[in-house]
Amino acid sequence: MTEVYLSLVIGVLYAAGLYLMMCRNIAKFIIGLGLIGHGANLLIFTAAGLSTQRAPIVPEGVTIPVVPIVDPLPQALILTAIVIGFGLTAFVLALFLSAHEVEGTDDLEKMRSTDQ
Amino acid sequence: MNLLLPAPLLIPLLCATLSLLGRRAVGVQRFLAVAGCSLNLVVSACLLYAVDKDGIQVMQSGSWPAPFGISLVVDRLSAIMLVLSGLMGAAVAVFSLAAMDRHRPKFGFYFFYHTLLMGVNGSFLTGDLFNLYVWFEVMLMSSFALMSLGSERAQLEGGIKYVALNVLSTAFFLAALGVLYGMTGTLNMAHLATIVRSAGNQGMLTTVSLLFMVAFGIKSAAFPLFFWLPASYHTPPSPVSAIFAGLLTKVGVYALIRLFTLVFVTDAAFTHVILLAGAGLTMLTGVLGAAAQTEMRRILSFHIVSQVGYMIMGLGLLTPLALAGSVFYIVHHVIVKTNLFLVAGVIAFRTGTNELMALGGFVRTMPWLALFFLIPAMSLAGLPPLSGFFAKLMLIVASFREYSWVIAITALAVGFLTLYSMTKIWNEVFWKPMPPASSEAMAKVPWTVRDRVCLFSPIMALALCTVLIGICAEPLFGLSERAAGQLLNPDEYIRAVLEEAVRP
Amino acid sequence: MGSLILRKATRYLFPVIMMFSIYLLLRGHNEPGGGFVGGLAAASAFILNQLAFDVPSTKRLMNVDSLTLIGVGLLTALGSSVFTLLDGQPYFSSHWATIRITSDWHLSIGTPLIFDIGVYLVVLGVTLAILLSISNFRKSP
Repeated sequence: MTEVYLSLVIGVLYAAGLYLMMCRNIAKFIIGLGLIGHGANLLIFTAAGLSTQRAPIVPEGVTIPVVPIVDPLPQALILTAIVIGFGLTAFVLALFLSAHEVEGTDDLEKMRSTDQ
Repeated sequence: MNLLLPAPLLIPLLCATLSLLGRRAVGVQRFLAVAGCSLNLVVSACLLYAVDKDGIQVMQSGSWPAPFGISLVVDRLSAIMLVLSGLMGAAVAVFSLAAMDRHRPKFGFYFFYHTLLMGVNGSFLTGDLFNLYVWFEVMLMSSFALMSLGSERAQLEGGIKYVALNVLSTAFFLAALGVLYGMTGTLNMAHLATIVRSAGNQGMLTTVSLLFMVAFGIKSAAFPLFFWLPASYHTPPSPVSAIFAGLLTKVGVYALIRLFTLVFVTDAAFTHVILLAGAGLTMLTGVLGAAAQTEMRRILSFHIVSQVGYMIMGLGLLTPLALAGSVFYIVHHVIVKTNLFLVAGVIAFRTGTNELMALGGFVRTMPWLALFFLIPAMSLAGLPPLSGFFAKLMLIVASFREYSWVIAITALAVGFLTLYSMTKIWNEVFWKPMPPASSEAMAKVPWTVRDRVCLFSPIMALALCTVLIGICAEPLFGLSERAAGQLLNPDEYIRAVLEEAVRP
Repeated sequence: MGSLILRKATRYLFPVIMMFSIYLLLRGHNEPGGGFVGGLAAASAFILNQLAFDVPSTKRLMNVDSLTLIGVGLLTALGSSVFTLLDGQPYFSSHWATIRITSDWHLSIGTPLIFDIGVYLVVLGVTLAILLSISNFRKSP
C-alpha cells in the first residue's frame, strides 16, 4: 500500500515541478528543478522495492551483517544524487543571483538576447 | 596496466587540484594545462594501442568484484573517444594561452577546464550506469561554471538556458536509472546486458530505454530538444565554446551508442527506428536553423546539431558498416568542429566579433587562416578527399544497403545545405571586402609572435589531422570497423568485465 | 541577526559542533558517519557563526581560504591511493596499518580514513565557498 501512496507523492512532485519549470519566473524555475530532483530520488527509493527489514549496518562484534537486511544500494544512490542536487541548486542559485543583478529582471521571457 | 587505466581521470584531477592551489599564479596554471593535457593525450594513445592489440581492458576500482564495485572498462570505442578528448584538450589548452584573458584563470578557468576533461574522460571510462550519471554531473557542473565565468550578460543568459535543459536531462537520467535498478537489481552495464536479455518484462524495458533516449538525446542535442545548444554555445569565450563544441554533445552520443548496443537491443525494431527518425529530423532542423543565422559561431553551433544526426543515424541502422560509420564520423566531427570554432576564435581575437556583417577580407589579410578555415569547412560539408567525405560515404552506403532511402537522401541533402552554410561564411568573412570599422579595430589589437604561435599551432595540427584522415582513411576505417565489431558482439565486453571478477 | 542569546550560545556551540564533526569523521568506517557528514557538520558550525556574527568574522575564524581547503582536501584524497597504485593494485584498494598500543588495544589506520579526511576538507571547503559567495550578494542590492 505504501507504494501506492509514494507513487502518488512522486506524481505530485513531478507535476508540481514541471508546472513551476514552465513559469516565467526564474526563482520558481529553480524550485521546480528541486522538486523534480526530489521526485526522482523518491522514485529510486520506491522502484528499488520497499521492505521493513533491518538497516544494513554490521552490529558490534560480528563481521558480516545479520540477514535479512534492506538493500543499501538505492540509499547510496539517493545520497549521491542528493549531494549532487545540492551542489547543482547552489550553483543555479548563484547563477540566478548574478543574472538578476546584471539583467534587473527575473522574467525568463525578457532574456532573449542570445536566441533569435 | 593498472596505472594506465585510471590515468585519464587522475591526471586532470591532479592538474585541477594544483591549479586550484596555485590560483593566483596564472603562469603555473597555463603550464599545467598544456603539460597535463599533453600527458593525457599520450596516455590515451597508449591505452588505444593496448586495447586494439590485447582486447578490452578492465579495472575494478577498490578491488571490489564486478557487479558490486565500479568497473572501469575501455573497449575500442572508449579508447578512441579518450584519444579524441585528449587531443581536443591539448589543442584548446594551447589555444587558450593566447585567447584567454588574464582574469578568468584567477577565477578558476583552468580548474574547471581540467574537471570538465575529467568528467568527459570518466564518462568514457566507466562501466557502471550510476557512475556515468556522476561523471555527467561532474562534466555539467564544470561546463556551467565555464559558461558563466566572467558574468557577461550574454553568458549569463546562455548559461541559464544551458542549465535548464541539461538539469532536466539529468533528472530524466536519474529517474530512468531508478526504474531500471528496480527491474534488474544491478547498474553494472555488462551485468545489465546479461540480465536484460533474459528479463521477462520487455515492454517495461522498452519504456525505460525511451526514458534513457530522451535523457541522452537532450545531452547530445538531438531533435526535438536541441534548443539549448545554439542558444548558448556562442556566448562564452572562444576556447570554452571550442572545447564544448568538440566534446560535450559527443558524450551524449557515446552514451546512446553504449547503451543501445550493449543493453537495449532486445527491441531494436522499435527503439532503433525511433533513433533513426530522430537522426533524420536532427540533421534537417540543424542545417535549416544554420541557414537563418548571421553569426559565425551560431552557424557552427547549429551545424553541431545537424552533425549529431549523422552519428545517431549509424546507431539507428545498427549494421556493422553503419556503426563503423558513426565511429568514423565522431572522430572526423570532433576534430573538424573544434577546428572551425578555433578559427572563429582567431577571428574574434583579431576583430572582437563574430558577426558576419562586421567581417570580411580575411583572405587578403590572413591568407593562411583562410586556408585553415577552408580545409575543415570543406571536410564538414563532405568534399573529397577530406575526412568528412569518407565518414558520410560510409553512412550513406550503409543506409542504401538497408534500403533506407529516406534517411540516405536526407543525409545527402543535408550535406549540400552544409556546403551552402560554409560558402556563406567563406563569402562573408573571407571574400568580401572588410568594413572599415573592423579594420580599424583590427589594427588596434596587438598581434605578437607568441599569439600567432599559440593560436595557429592547434589549428594547423587539427587541419593536418583532417587531411591525413582523408588521404589515408584506411587505418582509421579499419579501427572503426573493429570498434563497431566489438560493439555489435557484446559478449566480449560482458566476459571481460564479469570474468575479471572471478579472478582473484 | 544581532541576538545576544545566539551570539553567546555560538561561542559555546562552535567547539562542540566541531568536535562532533571530527567524531563523525572518525567513526565513519563501520558505523554511520564519515567524511561527508563530518564536513557538513563542521560547515554548519561556521554557518552558525556567520548567522550570529558576520561574514568577515567567519572568514577570520576560518583562517584559510575555502578554495585552498578544497585543494588540500582533493590532494589528500588523491594521495590516499598512491600506495595502492605503487603496489600494482587497482585504484582505491584499501591498505591498513595496525599500531599496537597495549596488548589488547590496537589502532588501525588505513587509506580509507585518509580518503575520508580529504572528503571532509573538500565538503567543508565547497559548502563554505558556496555560502560565502551567495552571502556576498546581499550587500549589493
